Amino acid sequence: MSQIDNPVHNLKSELEQMFQMVSTQLGKAKDALTLFDKDLAREVVQIEKRVNGQELQIDRIAENFIALYSPVAIDLRFVLAVLKINNNLERIGDIAEGISTYINESELPFDAKLMEESNVIPMFEAAMRMLEETKMAFEKEDTSIARKIFKSDDYLDHINIEAINSLTEGMKNDPSKITDALYIISIIRKLERIGDQLKNIAEEIIFYIEAKVLKHAKLK
Amino acid sequence: MSYKLTTDNINVWYGNYHALKDITLKIRPNTVTAFIGPSGCGKSTFLRLINRMNDYIDGFRMEGQVLIDEKNIYSKRVRVEELRKEVGMVFQKPNPFPKTIFDNVVYGLTIRGVTDKRVLAESCESSLRQAALWDEVKDDLKKSALALSGGQQQRLCIARTLAVKPTVILMDEPASALDPISTAKIEELISELKQNYTIIIVTHNMQQAARISDRTAFFYLGELIEFDSTVNIFTAPKEERTQSYITGRFG
Repeated sequence: MSQIDNPVHNLKSELEQMFQMVSTQLGKAKDALTLFDKDLAREVVQIEKRVNGQELQIDRIAENFIALYSPVAIDLRFVLAVLKINNNLERIGDIAEGISTYINESELPFDAKLMEESNVIPMFEAAMRMLEETKMAFEKEDTSIARKIFKSDDYLDHINIEAINSLTEGMKNDPSKITDALYIISIIRKLERIGDQLKNIAEEIIFYIEAKVLKHAKLK
Repeated sequence: MSYKLTTDNINVWYGNYHALKDITLKIRPNTVTAFIGPSGCGKSTFLRLINRMNDYIDGFRMEGQVLIDEKNIYSKRVRVEELRKEVGMVFQKPNPFPKTIFDNVVYGLTIRGVTDKRVLAESCESSLRQAALWDEVKDDLKKSALALSGGQQQRLCIARTLAVKPTVILMDEPASALDPISTAKIEELISELKQNYTIIIVTHNMQQAARISDRTAFFYLGELIEFDSTVNIFTAPKEERTQSYITGRFG
């Protein structure tokens, strides 16, 4: 093992922890939504502070790594990817917090029929599976897993479009449900953003392992 | 596109030791090329081949061609002294002669019989200016070169090389014995000299290769493993061995 391997392992393990924290946060946000559990929703908001702290910690370690080791080639791509992935994960944490805030704001549980018809929970579950797959792709440095993320993101986009239609229909049929429908639309939009963030992370994983820039390219 | 230097399937042996294996590369004029690789990989042997400094080493044998401006420098018609005027060399350790600064710079001209004081003075000034040393020594040209600092001595050696008007400058770890400030001056100088010369530098300092060269060649066990733009070599090398070496994970 060479000297540069230590800081690389350290950075990797810190980012894996960040993945784990955001995954826990998102899982709790999903449970808070499913069970309309305000305590859990508040917990998600609390976790957000720790996620922010971890983001800063990783930024600091990455900065030191660049300053002290002058990384090149795969090490350079790795640290650049870590900085971006870190930022994307922090945003997913923000999204989980945002969803929890909606739960805290709402006095009553969201309309069960709208929830079911919009497929918001299956969408949430799909986003969580994507996060797990992205985490695995990073841990195992496996670009074939990372490439699957792009397909899963298409699935989230599809649910997003379908849900808007069904919720618009729901609002037309029963205007008393407009507030709930708007909350659910906002949650779905946020879940769709998670898909985008995970796609960005997958691109960074492929960039650092294969030295291929996929950003702004047609992915196939 | 014309090339300043071309080598074609170079093989070198020292006795039974096969030091360079099938090296083919092309170097454009007015560029800086860095040769990197672990000790004993053949990069210095290859550098010395370009001004025929290996010729007198016991057991040295070479196959293949080294062309400068499309002329084979190993042709029987080439006079080594003339070649070395064309291809200057700067070594790792500054090696000024125990003479004055002035005599050091114009040494190459005086041994060729130039005696005109005005010509010598002009050559001295212009070479020292190009080597970014003129302002520091212009009032002390009669001082011994050995009184200069290490970094100044190395720039003096560069000035001495420039005085005979070469077109190619070979540098064998020119800054490895210098402090960071002198190193920065030499690096800045190399970037300046590129306008008028073709420079090939052997360095063990990866960051130096990355900073100053346009293209980088990685040698390993006598083979040229990868030769590409410096940016490609240091961000996304194609060969696993290059990556292992530049990231410090070799062996």
